[in-house]
Amino acid sequence: MEVITKQIYDNLIVTLMGELDECTADGTRLVIDNAIAKGGINCVTFDMSGLTFMDSTGIGVLLGRYKIIKKNGGVVQIRGCNSHVDRVLSMSGIYRIMKKIS
Amino acid sequence: MNNYFEIKLKAISENERFARNVVAAFSVTLNPTLNEIKDIKTVISEAVTNCIVHAYNGDADKEILIKCNIEDNTLITTIIDDGVGIPDIELALTAFYTTREEEERSGMGFTLMQSFTDDLEVLSNENGGTTVIMKKKIKRNEAMDA
Repeated sequence: MEVITKQIYDNLIVTLMGELDECTADGTRLVIDNAIAKGGINCVTFDMSGLTFMDSTGIGVLLGRYKIIKKNGGVVQIRGCNSHVDRVLSMSGIYRIMKKIS
Repeated sequence: MNNYFEIKLKAISENERFARNVVAAFSVTLNPTLNEIKDIKTVISEAVTNCIVHAYNGDADKEILIKCNIEDNTLITTIIDDGVGIPDIELALTAFYTTREEEERSGMGFTLMQSFTDDLEVLSNENGGTTVIMKKKIKRNEAMDA
């Protein structure tokens, strides 16, 4: 699992690559939260195009970041899911709170 | 042809990837589609996570038993732990229910296991461990048999 963060003005682009599960969740959280903690973030965009696998632990990771960003009135959006990741996310109802963008 | 294997794993999250890949690899004789393989990987990952996080509460000295059977075109996976057990199975199967809200758990594990298989059975006793049996019928790709 590789996590790359890049801040463009108030938007934090989080690129996830590999397999997000119980084993890789804590490391993923840490990298994202460190980037958010630097401040000035109103939007987090998850780029999932390199994510080959995700289970419900990954849903938890996304929801946790959403709670942090929402506290400051910010938004979270998701792009680039493969059909498997998209199915897992649809089932969790996450698109009701995070916008799917292209 | 009917077939089977079983493995015993140390209950650590590093073994999740191995567990889901070994079951997925075993299923390939049924010619599953790419989506069916992802379904299998997801449900194995969910069941093994439950063992590690809930049944054993992170105790790395514990073990998880995985048994796999192929009967005709159905993959039957049984995942067994001897952890704390589930006091209320019906509640545990409810979407979004989690006993670990503070850990950012989604409460979607059993829901995904139900959605991505044809049959899910959960047997559990308090302090007597949990057995999860999942059946997934592979809609055999006729073109590949030709």
